[in-house]
Amino acid sequence: METLAFDVPAWPGHRAGQHVDVRLTAEDGYRAERSYSIASAPDDTRVELTIERLEDGEVSPYLTDELRPGDAIELRGPIGGYFVWEPSQGGPLLLVAGGSGVVPLMAMIRVRAAAGSDADTRLLFSSRSWDDVIYRDELERLQNGHLTVVHTLTRSQPPDWKGYARRVDAEMLAEVAPSQAVQPAVYVCGPTPFVEAVAAALVGLGHEPARIKTERFGATGG
Amino acid sequence: MSFVSRGFHGRRRPDVDQARVPPGQYVTDDFPVLSAGPTPHRPLDTWSFAIGGEVDDERSWTWEELRALPSEDVTVDIHCVTKWSKLDTVWRGVSVDTLLEGIETSAEYVVEYSDGGYTTNLPLADVTGGKAWVVFEYDGEPLQPEHGGPARMLVPHLYFWKSAKWVRGLRLLAADEPGFWETNGYNNYGDPWKEQRYWGD
Repeated sequence: METLAFDVPAWPGHRAGQHVDVRLTAEDGYRAERSYSIASAPDDTRVELTIERLEDGEVSPYLTDELRPGDAIELRGPIGGYFVWEPSQGGPLLLVAGGSGVVPLMAMIRVRAAAGSDADTRLLFSSRSWDDVIYRDELERLQNGHLTVVHTLTRSQPPDWKGYARRVDAEMLAEVAPSQAVQPAVYVCGPTPFVEAVAAALVGLGHEPARIKTERFGATGG
Repeated sequence: MSFVSRGFHGRRRPDVDQARVPPGQYVTDDFPVLSAGPTPHRPLDTWSFAIGGEVDDERSWTWEELRALPSEDVTVDIHCVTKWSKLDTVWRGVSVDTLLEGIETSAEYVVEYSDGGYTTNLPLADVTGGKAWVVFEYDGEPLQPEHGGPARMLVPHLYFWKSAKWVRGLRLLAADEPGFWETNGYNNYGDPWKEQRYWGD
């Protein structure tokens, strides 16, 4: 995972959860386009993307390996009106992230912090190992009485680990999520099997399907 | 001179006829799932498909009634606005022309609506004349809930969000009514060959 910061003159601003389309053009005119969630809270003309380098990817390896400071890319956005959260919406807020799916949710956490919001927010974050946790230190710093971050490490854990050590399931969600009675706004993002399992579990726990917003990510072979 | 990305070469698939790939798309062998919310699960005994709105007589079919209609195998390329295209996908379903047979209407627009609240709008002309189906099989198997089962729309000449998953009916309308993604930043029509992804394209 690598975070790239772009200076985008005339950037109109964005809302947390939105994405941009990146377009690359080769010398002979061949083009490739992909979407990436914006990682940063709105900040003038600066737009940050956190990119997962896919081994067999066409675009991500170019962005993480080839692009150098000073290089330009073509960028379109911000895009998306549904999977967004603004501080004015308040809480309670439940964010459930699978791996790189945390990116748009991190934008929500950052915009929440920048606005000084005390909306009750819980992030349940699934990663393979402690070393794989993106934004780890920043999340640790941002935790307080109103922002709770719960990690689950699915593949390996540090020796003194006392937290969850398995894939997110209904039991874990029952322990971590606010009760359906308080009707949290829910955002789930990650690979499709993760999102499918989490969304189904939350519906099973009584959360209204209409209050569960999902975004599905991840390697699709491109 | 248009913009060139320094050092980008791209990866062209030699097995793909580029003429079949709309601008900005890449061909995948996967079948990605994208949706805005949880997957609805609709038991077949409570499923129905209805045609209503600007029609003299509303019509509806139970699952058994739909399955008793003439159906056909359809092989088409599909194009998702999230940039992936999948070639030669095989479906089985009932043509919308069959469902509309004998229905008199002056409507020029239609909204597809689904379990879970999803909607998408199109000109009626884009679901008639052999352009659209209600499909219930993919690749020879019953359509899985993740991919829109028990039945979804198949309207392959437009971006795939115009093919509503978990479809329950069509409402014929005199005036256009933008649907879910159309009111969330996406294009009202969605022609992949003109790269009409977002509102205003």
